[in-house]
Amino acid sequence: MDFLIFQAPMLMVQASMDGILLGILFALIAYGMALQWGVMNIINIAQGDLVILGGYIAYTMYLAGIHPAWGVIVSPIIMYFVGWALYKLVINKVVDRDLFISILATFGIAIVFQQLMNFIFGADVVVAQSGYGTTMLFDNSVTLPNSKIFSAFISLVYAVALVVYMKKSRLGRAIRATAQNARAAKILGVDTEKVYAATFGINAALCGIAGALISITLTLHPYVGLPYTVRSFMIVIVAGLGNLPAVAISGMGLGLFEEFADYILGTEFRIGAVFMLLVFILVYRRFKLSKKREYLK
Amino acid sequence: MNKIAKLFITFISAITLTLASISSSFAKVEDGYIVLGSAISLTGKYSSNGVHTQNGYNMAVDRINKMGGVKVGGKSYKFEIIYYDDESNPKRAAQLAERLIKQDGVHYMLGPYSSGLTKAIAPVTEKYKIPMVEANGASRSLFTKGYKYLFAVLSPANQYLEVAIDLAVEKNGGKPVKIAQAFEQDAFSQDVRLGILDAAKRTGSKIIIDDKLPKELNDMAATLAKVKATKPDVLVVSGHTKGALTAIRQISEMKVDVPMLAMTHCDAAKLSKQHGKNSEYALCASQWHKNLSYKDKFFGGGKKYDKDFKKEFGYAPPYQSAESSAALLVFKDAFERADSFDRDKVRDALKATDMQTFYGNIKFGPGGQNVAKPMILFQVRCKGDTCENKVVAPTKWASDKFFHPIPPWSERG
Repeated sequence: MDFLIFQAPMLMVQASMDGILLGILFALIAYGMALQWGVMNIINIAQGDLVILGGYIAYTMYLAGIHPAWGVIVSPIIMYFVGWALYKLVINKVVDRDLFISILATFGIAIVFQQLMNFIFGADVVVAQSGYGTTMLFDNSVTLPNSKIFSAFISLVYAVALVVYMKKSRLGRAIRATAQNARAAKILGVDTEKVYAATFGINAALCGIAGALISITLTLHPYVGLPYTVRSFMIVIVAGLGNLPAVAISGMGLGLFEEFADYILGTEFRIGAVFMLLVFILVYRRFKLSKKREYLK
Repeated sequence: MNKIAKLFITFISAITLTLASISSSFAKVEDGYIVLGSAISLTGKYSSNGVHTQNGYNMAVDRINKMGGVKVGGKSYKFEIIYYDDESNPKRAAQLAERLIKQDGVHYMLGPYSSGLTKAIAPVTEKYKIPMVEANGASRSLFTKGYKYLFAVLSPANQYLEVAIDLAVEKNGGKPVKIAQAFEQDAFSQDVRLGILDAAKRTGSKIIIDDKLPKELNDMAATLAKVKATKPDVLVVSGHTKGALTAIRQISEMKVDVPMLAMTHCDAAKLSKQHGKNSEYALCASQWHKNLSYKDKFFGGGKKYDKDFKKEFGYAPPYQSAESSAALLVFKDAFERADSFDRDKVRDALKATDMQTFYGNIKFGPGGQNVAKPMILFQVRCKGDTCENKVVAPTKWASDKFFHPIPPWSERG
């Protein structure tokens, strides 16, 4: 336990800013997960690995001499097709099946992706340099890397764009209709097969954006996907499906929680605290549900 | 399954079994070859360092074979290595060690990459009394278990950064310093941490931040914000390549001013290549550097090794390759002194090793660790946009002066 943070108000500001900026990025990944979970009833364990793959696309551009920030445009385009292909190859066979089967299938995909990335990009940890510099506040006592601000901004832009797209476009409406009732949508002429493929593609594209942002803010490694999966899973559990503002808020909340856990409990419990919170929330949800059931009785 | 298929399977398995038993009697020393075995990480998370290790082994095998091989009992033998891929997985590594010994009949082993995998293999080689010379397991716990057949050519992990604390105290006019440290929670980094604790005790220094980093970590902003607030004299970070890269990225982004920064795994992380000028002044622990003036008759000196290795594999050798090559030199020397292939005689000869290689002096302590070679520290220094690692400690080998303190970020371009 370390209470340094309560003695220095600037540390508090620093932790909050770091947490919120990171949380917005998590929310973007979580929104993709919520989308395809809501539409297809699939929990995608490979979510984090799609993120890392997106990051490697940006890194490859960086190696080729292109600024990695362009990755936020290139990476989602490539990842959309990766997602689409994944759907056609694997996901369409498990989409109407038991949740457990889809978890197993995506778990398998995660392993394959990890090994492939290891094979192609090597096991070294890599970073892409954005060269964006730092914003300093309060006489240098709070520092915010511009790359983090950039990534939060881009995440917000894409999130808003997606909400508008889902509301206004034909495909967006078809996706929402399928989420509400796949059978009814089918009867009314929606090609649900196409909708599923597009949804999985959009999810992968969102992961691609997040990955490109991670390549310039954090580090990339073929085996660090899982923590992103767990974080997005948790955000979705808290926020519920198909509720973007809630996803954004719970994303930021998780970012804050992580930073404060880091300061108070110590860095070694940072990821551990996230898992603990997950358990706590699941237990709490069950408790609430069981109460509801009692009323019904 | 029909009868024919069953018969066929029985037949095949009979042949395989026969072949297996024949091959095991063939292996070890036959046809003028001394067969060594090694499980090595060619895939999985250690694959890049695994390949460095393998290249180091292969380079030494070629060189020794070309220069007359190993002379035992008046006859000249050549080295040959059987490799298996352990997939960076300790369980798999232990199985493969067992397979090398029992099926392939290997009588002498070379180590795998990393402390964790060496720890998995050592009990197996010990059980079958197989001498193993390893070059990539530095964890102190390997040398406190009383293993009799384990020999390590490298310095143990607790020595990695001890020198850095001494240096900080020296720069502070002999007065104790304030230390901030962040270490990953794995066998190796925790051993490095123990070394720092020892050094702190010895010099009366105070540890003001003592963070442990999780394995999945790629964000240490919180630790660095604390460092900023508490202003230590020296910051020590060890968390493999991930730790080194994360630390430099965030120290430069958060403009953390600390007079001295000491790390491990800088050259494996290609620190100066990936982070350029932001990595300048970082102090790094290393087992080896090409500028050291050690010599042997196979590789000449460090600079020649560097040149030959580049020619052969197309990249500059990291210390993981150099120490792996040195392991073969140790084996050759021991075989010749033992003048026999008796495992216990070879072990005794290994035990009595006292030699110089291009990689450093090698003499084994009671636990099998190398006690004759000091760790070195280099500092990243940049000229324009090109950054290089310059040896700054110990003074005997130093090519450049240690730059202290690190100028604040406001003065760095």
